[in-house]
Amino acid sequence: MEVIYTGLRQTPEQIVEAAMQEDVDVLCLSILSGAHMTLLPEIVDLMKRRSLDDVLVIAGGIIPDEDVPKLKEMGIAEVFGPGTPTHVTVDYIKSNLRRKL
Amino acid sequence: MAFSARDLVQGVLKRDRRSVARLMTAIENEDPESKAAVSELYSHTGNAYTVGVTGPPGSGKSTLIGQLAKQYRKHETRVGIIAVDPSSPFTGGALLGDRIRMQELSTDEGVFVRSMATRGSLGGLARSTSELVNVLDAFGCDIIFVETVGAGQSEVDVMRLADTVVLVLAPGLGDDIQAIKAGIMEIGDIIVVNKADRENAERTVLEIMSALELDTEQKKWSPPIVRTIATSNEGIEKLVEKLEEHKCFLKEAGMGRRRIKGGIQLVEALKVRLAETVIADLRNDPDFENMIEKIARRELNPYEAAITLVNKIVGKT
Repeated sequence: MEVIYTGLRQTPEQIVEAAMQEDVDVLCLSILSGAHMTLLPEIVDLMKRRSLDDVLVIAGGIIPDEDVPKLKEMGIAEVFGPGTPTHVTVDYIKSNLRRKL
Repeated sequence: MAFSARDLVQGVLKRDRRSVARLMTAIENEDPESKAAVSELYSHTGNAYTVGVTGPPGSGKSTLIGQLAKQYRKHETRVGIIAVDPSSPFTGGALLGDRIRMQELSTDEGVFVRSMATRGSLGGLARSTSELVNVLDAFGCDIIFVETVGAGQSEVDVMRLADTVVLVLAPGLGDDIQAIKAGIMEIGDIIVVNKADRENAERTVLEIMSALELDTEQKKWSPPIVRTIATSNEGIEKLVEKLEEHKCFLKEAGMGRRRIKGGIQLVEALKVRLAETVIADLRNDPDFENMIEKIARRELNPYEAAITLVNKIVGKT
């Protein structure tokens, strides 16, 4: 896997534009600020509007369990909380890619 | 490929960013259809000025490129950036982190940034870097920065690809003497001492100057040394000035460099084509398998075997 790490404190526009330029298969969003219910759906929405809906979008960080179902409804495929072993995330990605490689 | 090569080429020429991104992926993945696309785009290239940025890790290449891009954008110049990072030789994976220094550029329509992993290539660049440069050229970039994996002696690839090579050093990395010893000075058309606010910056400048004096060959261009502090945007205008000077120098020097690049591109393309056709055919030849057996038993050495095979191919006995 080639992981493009783009750094902290980005706007949704910066993230989506980077995802498009890099032609990613998966977009992983790590959020610790608590603003996930606002920002994550905004990102998913931008991805859709740019026709990037074949990109798998997953999230992690400080996201309370009770918010997860709503996030999934809004287009976040899966949420991986703190302490999730890396192989769990890797296996999920491998089995859920939307694009053919 | 979900999109046809034809569609992507049209997209690139119409300046559609998504087409650029998708075509780059197809090329990196060695998608057979992408070859036709690269061929078709070639006649639309030649406008972009390519700057290779090399140097040891931690010297500030990414930050510097980010600042250079912003400076060029002030004049509405269209900028392309390709940042290359190493792939793990064990897992084949890679962590590409150069975009961290270029976040604000993401939303500038006049900049296109793409990260690449070397995927096993040595020499500081990925195998398909020059093809991705061609895509950005055809897309309409006026200037393309290529950031290489900077580890020392092996960045020679960038010399073949770029019009101007900028070598970025920073004081205190312990690499100053290394860079001089390795002859890396010969690679740089412009030498940048970044993090010039550090204590031993002037000593670094002096060491570079004396190393450059060691070069006895009469060159028409003497590499200037530019001091920068990329994080606070200092020295960037001066660096742009030097880039423009070198660009003029190249123009006056005529087609020479382009001819060399053309020659190298042809040889590289030839090697790939030969490997694909000739070697693939050989694998079906029973002689080939017999030779492998003999080599394994030390009855034949691979070098002689190669000569025999090539003679067979070209019809000599």
